Amino acid sequence: MAKKQQGGRRKFLARGAALVSGAAVLKGAGAEGLAGEAWERVYGAGFTRYGQPSRFEQAVGRYIAQPYGEMAPGSGSALCPIEALDGIITPTSVHFIRSHSGSPDIDPKLHRLYIHGLVETPLRFSVDALSRYPMTTRIYFIECSGNSLRALTPQPAQVPAGGMHGNVSCNEWTGVPLRVLLEEAGVQPQAKWLLAEGADSAHMSRSVPLEKALDDALIALYQNGERLRPEHGYPVRLLLPGWEGNMSVKWLRRIKLTDGPTHTKDETSKYTDPLPDGRALQFTYEMGVKSVITRPSSTMQLAGTGFHEISGIAWSGAGRIRRVEVSTDGGQTWAEAALTGAERAKALVRFRHPWQWQGAAAVLQSRATDEKGNVQPARREWQARFAPDIRFHNNSIVSWAVGTDGSVKNVYA
Amino acid sequence: MSTPKRLLVFAAAALAACATPQPAGTPSPRFGEPVSAQQLAGFDISIPPSGAGLPAGSGTARDGLKVYEQKCLACHGAKGAGKPADALAGGAGSLASKAPVRTVGSFWPYATTLFDYVRRAMPITNPLSLSDDEVYAVSAYVLFINGIIGEDVAMNAQTLPQVRMPNRDGFISDWPPRSRN
Repeated sequence: MAKKQQGGRRKFLARGAALVSGAAVLKGAGAEGLAGEAWERVYGAGFTRYGQPSRFEQAVGRYIAQPYGEMAPGSGSALCPIEALDGIITPTSVHFIRSHSGSPDIDPKLHRLYIHGLVETPLRFSVDALSRYPMTTRIYFIECSGNSLRALTPQPAQVPAGGMHGNVSCNEWTGVPLRVLLEEAGVQPQAKWLLAEGADSAHMSRSVPLEKALDDALIALYQNGERLRPEHGYPVRLLLPGWEGNMSVKWLRRIKLTDGPTHTKDETSKYTDPLPDGRALQFTYEMGVKSVITRPSSTMQLAGTGFHEISGIAWSGAGRIRRVEVSTDGGQTWAEAALTGAERAKALVRFRHPWQWQGAAAVLQSRATDEKGNVQPARREWQARFAPDIRFHNNSIVSWAVGTDGSVKNVYA
Repeated sequence: MSTPKRLLVFAAAALAACATPQPAGTPSPRFGEPVSAQQLAGFDISIPPSGAGLPAGSGTARDGLKVYEQKCLACHGAKGAGKPADALAGGAGSLASKAPVRTVGSFWPYATTLFDYVRRAMPITNPLSLSDDEVYAVSAYVLFINGIIGEDVAMNAQTLPQVRMPNRDGFISDWPPRSRN
């Protein structure tokens, strides 16, 4: 008590200044052997309306790929830094983005979703109207079918895992089952497909089989509990669980029921899988069973010998992940990894495998199997099925080589 | 829609709602607002291979060259050679080779897709700005530089769907998935 009085007015003023400016008080000032870093001796930061990661995590961010450069800065993708994350849910701010003509700045009061074509009653919905329907919440991954394209370069790229395999993310999505809206419009018997179209300046459009639309398709309004972000389709997007991301049309403005596919640019010239004989597979929708080790991974450095947890993500467009196996010897022997989230279909699963590194060179691989019995293919086996310029649907096994110096490199094994 | 029919559809929707992942017994609140064909006209821009929905208008490659030079060439290069944006011409006969070149001429299966895409998305900095005549003309130009039509052949709602693209039969549908067949 006497000490406090001794401090008197000068100490009160110093404390007041710290409150106002947030400036740190000198470490140990006035303390007598009590432990505590600088931040423990000063009043903490005030509230913020919308949170941000620690300033020490600023290096974590998306990898931006702009194939057309400044001519079209919003055409391309921003890949998720999967190697910097853990768990199953991708933070919204680093969920991968793929867009064809940038993100539109949509006023939700003006936006409408039209449902027309082979229906009894053509309808339109305001965002406010859609928001009044009974909601459904599900956790799903979305993967761009061009994910892992960069793992097809002639020489293995030495970039972080997310820079190659980060066009996949997993969020909680909330919205209205598309089936409810289609039934409200009254689907005519001759309708077999629908055309989904965005309100971006590319008016990105894809044909969707009616079977999928009536199964688990969602008209999503919320993402990880908040309204969709602009780059993910604000204010309304289509979500086709397990299918190539391009079909989950963002900024959805129109659904037209049709008797056949429209054969849009993005289901003919792109997103088709060329075969060695010159023909190409079209309408390859379901994303194949896949996994990638995120830690340790390409460009990382092991801190030393001893215990390391090998951890990564696995997913399948066909349903649940049944098993993930991990190899530390380039696929000669495999061990089953522990899974988190395996009860969920078409969502990311986290796998973990304990590893004692003795300091020898090693090649780390993971191999996923889904509930339908699909097994993630070896790289060479997968590549052999397609033409040399295959770009899409690469779900082959990923290999990371650990050097005796603890460096981790991307290799084609 | 007549009232009895509407009720039937409603009943079907309510039944189906039980099978969807919604709270049991929650019918659709039916907040959709009926729209007229007129209200839809400006939005209904998708063109399938049949050509259904193609607008009036017409253009030849000769007309299209002028549009191309003003609106397309800066990104797609002279005669569709590409760079920085995709090449539009060339690659004929290359698809089964070790270095396939996939362009509108060598790869795209339908000419209607060309009209559809140019009208909805091009030019990339100013979409929805070309007149229907201009879209027909520039589509004709891209077909012409690929040697698919002559320079003075007019593309319109009747002729465009009849153009047979060289790679028309080059695609194998993977839907329904082959494993199910």
